Amino acid sequence: MAVTAGHREATRRAVEPASSSQRLKESAFKATMLLSTLVGLLFLTVLLVDVGRDGLPLVGADFITSFPSRISPETSGVRSALQGTLLLIVVTAAFIVPVGIATAIYLEEYADTERWWNRIIELNIQNLAAVPSIVYGILGLAWIVRGPLSLGRVLLAGALTLGLLVLPVVIVVAREAIRAVPSSIRDGSLALGATQWQTIWKQVLPGALPGIATGVILALSRAIGETAPLILVGAVAFYRFDSDGLLSSFSALPIQILEAVTDSDPAFRDLAAAAIIVLLVILLLMNSVAIFLRNRYEQKW
Amino acid sequence: MSKRMTEPTPARRSASTNESFAREAADVTTLSTAVADRPDHETIFDVEDVSVFYGDKRAVRNVRIRLAQNEITALIGPSGCGKSTFIRCLNRMNDLIPSAKVTGSIGYHGQDLYGSDVDPVQVRKRIGMVFQKPNPFPKSIYDNIAFGPRVLGLKGDMDEIVESALRRGALWDEVKDRLKTNAFGMSGGQQQRLCIARSLATSPDVLLMDEPCSALDPISTGRIEDLMMELKQDYSIVIVTHNMQQAARVSDMTAFFTVELDGDSGHRTGAVVEYDKTDKVFQNPSDKRTEDYVTGKVG
Repeated sequence: MAVTAGHREATRRAVEPASSSQRLKESAFKATMLLSTLVGLLFLTVLLVDVGRDGLPLVGADFITSFPSRISPETSGVRSALQGTLLLIVVTAAFIVPVGIATAIYLEEYADTERWWNRIIELNIQNLAAVPSIVYGILGLAWIVRGPLSLGRVLLAGALTLGLLVLPVVIVVAREAIRAVPSSIRDGSLALGATQWQTIWKQVLPGALPGIATGVILALSRAIGETAPLILVGAVAFYRFDSDGLLSSFSALPIQILEAVTDSDPAFRDLAAAAIIVLLVILLLMNSVAIFLRNRYEQKW
Repeated sequence: MSKRMTEPTPARRSASTNESFAREAADVTTLSTAVADRPDHETIFDVEDVSVFYGDKRAVRNVRIRLAQNEITALIGPSGCGKSTFIRCLNRMNDLIPSAKVTGSIGYHGQDLYGSDVDPVQVRKRIGMVFQKPNPFPKSIYDNIAFGPRVLGLKGDMDEIVESALRRGALWDEVKDRLKTNAFGMSGGQQQRLCIARSLATSPDVLLMDEPCSALDPISTGRIEDLMMELKQDYSIVIVTHNMQQAARVSDMTAFFTVELDGDSGHRTGAVVEYDKTDKVFQNPSDKRTEDYVTGKVG
């Protein structure tokens, strides 16, 4: 806005107003962002509504407690698959928590990043996080089910395979949580005469624990949704027995969902929707715990 | 007290600096006389020709000073002159930096701190440290104090140890009713006194303070200075400070560090220019560079 000397008194403004085209651009930009956000939400809603309409009437106590059936969809359930999935969570966690945290501590607290072997380890872990899950399935088949470990097509083999799959994620998250503990805390502890191990165990790990726990839970919720590796290590779709420990055959929810979805009978396909609801409930519960842990215990430094 | 996990002690001595030391010896010999002239003061640290390297860069060169027991020694000088680097040698905190290397020797009650049989963890039990920024642990006030005694396995009534440390840290009256609350809820000055009290809880012999008041307001600073004056009855204190009034107020002896260009490499290296009684350093310095600094002409 041009201000000439003669009009200065009349038109004087401390701040120029925004031009209308500028304002239009701003709102168009904002609207685009909002629309992009809605795309994801819309698809998720459609999915949930569709699954809920088909599956919700079927989900009940009977569905949870009955074994799957090839003959009568009315009496078929997810008992063995749910048991398998829950056991997989526990066993996979028992594997990835100690191994993942130990690796993260080594890389953050002990490894000298000047050394080439430590840099190679780091690079490999980052790359492993991007390896497709089916490749882990083949690894599990060749090295855990058969080959060196030769465990057979058992739950432990499935848990170890899923563990290997999500281990890189756990390590990356745990390293970030450990790195977030300021070095002044380590200095303070060491200056009091604590050893490096005491410092890690009593100061660094407690400070990093909420972050690590969140990462572990999110990694586990990725693991239990995986289908391909479990097919390769030989999870069973119709398993009509209660789980008999780590060294028995097993089923899992994604496997049963896959089997039901590909069935020619629409009644069985609705069972898939019901099983999806069960799986989603487990995932939502786990993610809620992760969010709770983060909000409640995360340390502000 | 049992000997704990020993950290490996890498060989940190190198002979290569001995020649350059011979050249530089001339201008540093005068420095160590100040304490030698005072036979009534027992030496606690006998620093002989200490240089610190980060990789191949020399951060501090050829420090030769003797620090006396139950005194406050101030290390002053412009930024980057190696005061903090040097003070971290006195309890082997520099060991934590992989690229750091210390040459020369630091006698502590006659024992070489960098001797091959010395465990840095044991050194830090005797020589406590307070840092520039208050660094309380994210725990209760009580647990902050109790952490040191617990990891060292000290025997005794923990409640008594905590109360006694907080009293010596001039903090007891302010916090005695909220010992179980998180230390992060304290003011900055209180947090720093908590860190001092935390160091005292393990009954060290020496307290190293690396700019302990630089993040505090003048009132908190005054309280910590009062505290230091009380503590020197029982402890020896070494303090790095940017605040010259503070050095003049609290310290018995003052070492003035300066930055100079290393003739060999062109790197900026810190060195001690003058080390003497604090009154002398501030009122009648014998080196022109000290005079320029303490009168505010440079720095």
